[in-house]
Amino acid sequence: MASEPQLEIIKGAKVLMVGAGGIGCELLKTLALSGFQDIHIIDMDTIEVSNLNRQFLFRQCHVGQSKAKVARDAVLRFRPQINITPYHANVKDPEFNVDFFKQFNVVLNGLDNLDARRHVNRLCLAAEVPLVESGTTGFLGQVTVHAKGKTECYECQPKPIPKSYPICTITSTPSKFVHCIVWAKDLLFAKLFGDKNQENDLNVHSGDADNSSKQMEDVFIRSLDENLEEYGRKIYDHVFGYNIEIALTNEETWRNRKRPTPIYIRDVLPENLPGQNGNLENCTNEGSPVSAMSSLGFKNSQDVWSLAESSKIFLEALRLFFEKRDKDIGNLTFDKDDQLAVEFVTAAANIRASSFGIPMHSLFEAKGIAGNIVHAVATTNAIIAGLIVIEAIKVLKDDCKNYRMTYCLEHPTRKMLLMPVVPFEANKSCYVCSETPLLLEINTHSSKLRDFIEKIVKSKLGMNCPLIMLGSTLIYEVGDDLEEDVAASYNRNLDKVLAELPAPIISGTIVTIEDLQQEFSCNISIKHRQAPDCLDASESIWLTNSSGRFIDGFPTETNR
Amino acid sequence: MEMDGEELTAQETALYDRQIRVWGADAQRRLSKSHILVSGLSGTSVEFCKNIVLAGVGSLTLMDDRSVTEDALQANFLIPPLESEYGGRSLAELCCESLKDFNPMVRVSVVKGDLAQFDGEFFDKFDAVVVSGCTYNTKKAVNEKCRKRSKRVAFYAVECRGSCGEIFVDLQNHSYVQKKSNAAAECILNYPSLEEAIMMPWKGLPRKVTKLYFALRVIEKFELFKERNPGELSVSDLSDVLKLSKELCEAQSLSESHIPVALLERLLAAGSREYPPVCAILGGILGQEVIKALSGKGDPLKNFFYFDTADGKGVIEDISNQSANSADGKAVRVDVANISEC
Repeated sequence: MASEPQLEIIKGAKVLMVGAGGIGCELLKTLALSGFQDIHIIDMDTIEVSNLNRQFLFRQCHVGQSKAKVARDAVLRFRPQINITPYHANVKDPEFNVDFFKQFNVVLNGLDNLDARRHVNRLCLAAEVPLVESGTTGFLGQVTVHAKGKTECYECQPKPIPKSYPICTITSTPSKFVHCIVWAKDLLFAKLFGDKNQENDLNVHSGDADNSSKQMEDVFIRSLDENLEEYGRKIYDHVFGYNIEIALTNEETWRNRKRPTPIYIRDVLPENLPGQNGNLENCTNEGSPVSAMSSLGFKNSQDVWSLAESSKIFLEALRLFFEKRDKDIGNLTFDKDDQLAVEFVTAAANIRASSFGIPMHSLFEAKGIAGNIVHAVATTNAIIAGLIVIEAIKVLKDDCKNYRMTYCLEHPTRKMLLMPVVPFEANKSCYVCSETPLLLEINTHSSKLRDFIEKIVKSKLGMNCPLIMLGSTLIYEVGDDLEEDVAASYNRNLDKVLAELPAPIISGTIVTIEDLQQEFSCNISIKHRQAPDCLDASESIWLTNSSGRFIDGFPTETNR
Repeated sequence: MEMDGEELTAQETALYDRQIRVWGADAQRRLSKSHILVSGLSGTSVEFCKNIVLAGVGSLTLMDDRSVTEDALQANFLIPPLESEYGGRSLAELCCESLKDFNPMVRVSVVKGDLAQFDGEFFDKFDAVVVSGCTYNTKKAVNEKCRKRSKRVAFYAVECRGSCGEIFVDLQNHSYVQKKSNAAAECILNYPSLEEAIMMPWKGLPRKVTKLYFALRVIEKFELFKERNPGELSVSDLSDVLKLSKELCEAQSLSESHIPVALLERLLAAGSREYPPVCAILGGILGQEVIKALSGKGDPLKNFFYFDTADGKGVIEDISNQSANSADGKAVRVDVANISEC
């Protein structure tokens, strides 16, 4: 129970919350009830309908508005005297620099992506402000405390990498439904509706076929007088029929695998006549989004469609894109909240799955996979919020001996549903908080500076605005205030291979990389290494810390 | 709210998308047909109400005729802070108004009166009853009434005293399907009544049952003897409470040290105040439990849950005949294939 001196400490504290979503709403409410009077909250998102099952400070009428601002208004209604400062902004914005973080006694994260968590971790280390981290998925959750010099930082322990699949599994040998989803979303959908200029492995197939590749490109181009229905059937037959036939010609691939079946529209929908597919009347309601399911009379997103039904929806969705959303074509990226896109991807994935003997899935399930949707409920967030406040108060009292990492379990361990664990000490090989150097083995004669920056500095090392130096020579930096000729020379450097830079990055050199905003600096020892021919470029990078552990990074773009 | 046959409406599917991905559409449908009664609107039970309304139950009925107090304003985020807004209205009325806003698809209403005065038939309306802040005798009486109904009425009692709290669960005979990898097994859990649980001899309980269990039983008994309402005690009662603690331990052949003085003191000092982080934790656990019981999905806890800020643990204690006999008091598992007609 809060004692008098404890109440005083709480009243005088200045707290930063990062995130006003599932955890954020519960946390803001509990902080306010617990006596906190000066709370700042950063969130770049706006409110969506699917948030309302748990982000209880928001109402239907708030959809589209800033989460940070609406959360603040809602809490002020029952605690009008306290100060809540909302920021509708990205925590990675330059205004949230080390000086900004230094004004707080503790930082509380309620984020949903690793990228932002790493960024905040570094700022908290630089500002020397303790960080209480947290996360929830369904019934599981955890709260962890990170205090510089006393405990591990957030990056001391490796975090699980989001699953990615080898390209050949996606293009040639899928064995799980998720492989079909990735194919439908990142290849087929992208090819049909996305940026025409992007590289696309849709037509990669086993065996060298540069000539036929050229021919295949033409299939996707729709001539002006080409009937939409015909075009749709042509695409269908090409990706589900012809491409599979081609793949089957490589015996080696299928020696130990189940052979796929080519699928042609005439076999699945023999009575497929133009005009029979859809009722345009159904989808021209004002305000209702274009939907193949509505058009064809499919109501339940939990139903698993048959091959014939998936095929109907595939063709109808394709037709609707061209007919009703032609302006979007050429610019679209998959968005889980785009009903028609989800219908198309589900249908396409199902047909491909059928071809490969993989069980088909409902739209509801497919949407979750394609959209990387995190399942979430209010109760877990409420529990975690309570635990965060308890740790935050320990931090304010400097009660380090009692800091705990607490795990919220779905099934009890030794009778415990909430399990506290004493935090570990900092990892001496952590390149983030212990400032130990890294070792990079890379082909310095074939890797360009641009790749080095994208794949290593930004992706693996999580830096946003890097500055790269060799000794005292600046090789690259970002900034608005760079002089033209300086910026130009940096740009030229991007396309040079490492060994040919004005200050060559070769075996034996040590590169210093800094992110001024994160106030984070890192030294990397370089060693030239020639990769075996069978490895592709992105796999010929070996980055390890001082105890030999690989540094695995995350893509900088996160699926929201 | 109207139900379109058996299917979830488009509105429900959109709103409940993220939680349907946790417990499935069937469970969501069952929740939308469930009716809950909450008596005693404390900081903790109000957290529970928020959770259960967001989850999308059919209806929530609130019972609490008391007026707003300082303590209520402290821990209850559903009450408007100005006297001009809350004056003249009961806690139930105020909370009802706020809760309706959280989910327009849930029917939230108020019933006036004292919980103890309602007869058994009243409880037929509900699938689950949650009581907070009532005396042991009332808890016992309501629990017994619930157990006498022909349809199962789940019973929960929740208490937050300062920085710790307790949840009691009685699902009578609860059968549910437990999914483990590819196999599904039908499990049956048998819950004792509140009285049966409390009467379990202390000596026979598994070793290392949390001290909170015993401490709360002492305070409960003290309140009973002195005819005081929960939360009306204070540190000035400490010496009397310690005397009772000693007597009870002797009667139960348990060492007095089993119930630390410091713990009893902490509980008394709390009075009727609730620590908001603990309200959130208890309200969250209780919410999960009620959802599991109503949907028939997931292992419900049996039969007590404790949280104490001092050690940060959230612990389940099985205080029942099964725990005294079996090693771990686990659910009786019956493989679906082997069930025969009785």
